[in-house]
Amino acid sequence: MVTQVTSFSRNGLSDFIVQRVTAYILATYTVFLVGYLLISGDLSYADWQMLFSHTAMQIFTLLALVSTCAHAWIGMWTIGTDYIREHYFGASADSFRLIYQVICILAVASYLIWGVKILWGN
Amino acid sequence: MKHDHRPINVDPSDLMGFAWPLSALASITHRIAGVVLFVGIAFGLYALDMSLSSAAGFEAFKGMLKSPFGMFVTWGLLSALAYHFVAGIKHLLLDMEIADTLEGSKFAAKTTILVSAVLIFLAGVWVIQG
Repeated sequence: MVTQVTSFSRNGLSDFIVQRVTAYILATYTVFLVGYLLISGDLSYADWQMLFSHTAMQIFTLLALVSTCAHAWIGMWTIGTDYIREHYFGASADSFRLIYQVICILAVASYLIWGVKILWGN
Repeated sequence: MKHDHRPINVDPSDLMGFAWPLSALASITHRIAGVVLFVGIAFGLYALDMSLSSAAGFEAFKGMLKSPFGMFVTWGLLSALAYHFVAGIKHLLLDMEIADTLEGSKFAAKTTILVSAVLIFLAGVWVIQG
């Protein structure tokens, strides 16, 4: 049985709400970006660069990236605690899950840092 | 052997013995697409980084998208995104108590698979036409 868990916010109800709010943000961002790419057709570098130099777009993108990280962490955590447990993995399930969760957190943190660098570092 | 009515853990080997209704397939596919997207974020950030780095980087990225491997990865990630998006909307509708009956969930699962299949097909057309 899984007795030791570290959810995103250490509170299932709060995780549930975060998962929903980030879902709405990500859905809006996806529709916007796909719509932009469809409408603009053969995109030039100048247009693309200008889009991402708008402060509003930078905020929207960083918001989407932060949402992605929270959303992905909750999702990956859920999958980890559903499948990586003693029943399937035996006595070392807790160790496996810890390693899995650390890898997920490192990936999420790296994505976030990389995204900030892309938005403001270039 | 002791019999009680406590819930039991299901062994993975038993899973194949269960019926897999469409709603179950729709649900597990949502998870799989989510994991694909989790890895895919790296590709997305790489694409954004390269395309915004310089005019030369932008053109080089466009060239990469036209290679067979580039088209396959792009289409694959767009497909995962399309499915996760549609199945996610089903979840948000469930929160509003829409399609939360047995009949409703059967209909919602069918609709999810149908709509995402259309989007995945359109994504393929988009990727090929560049």
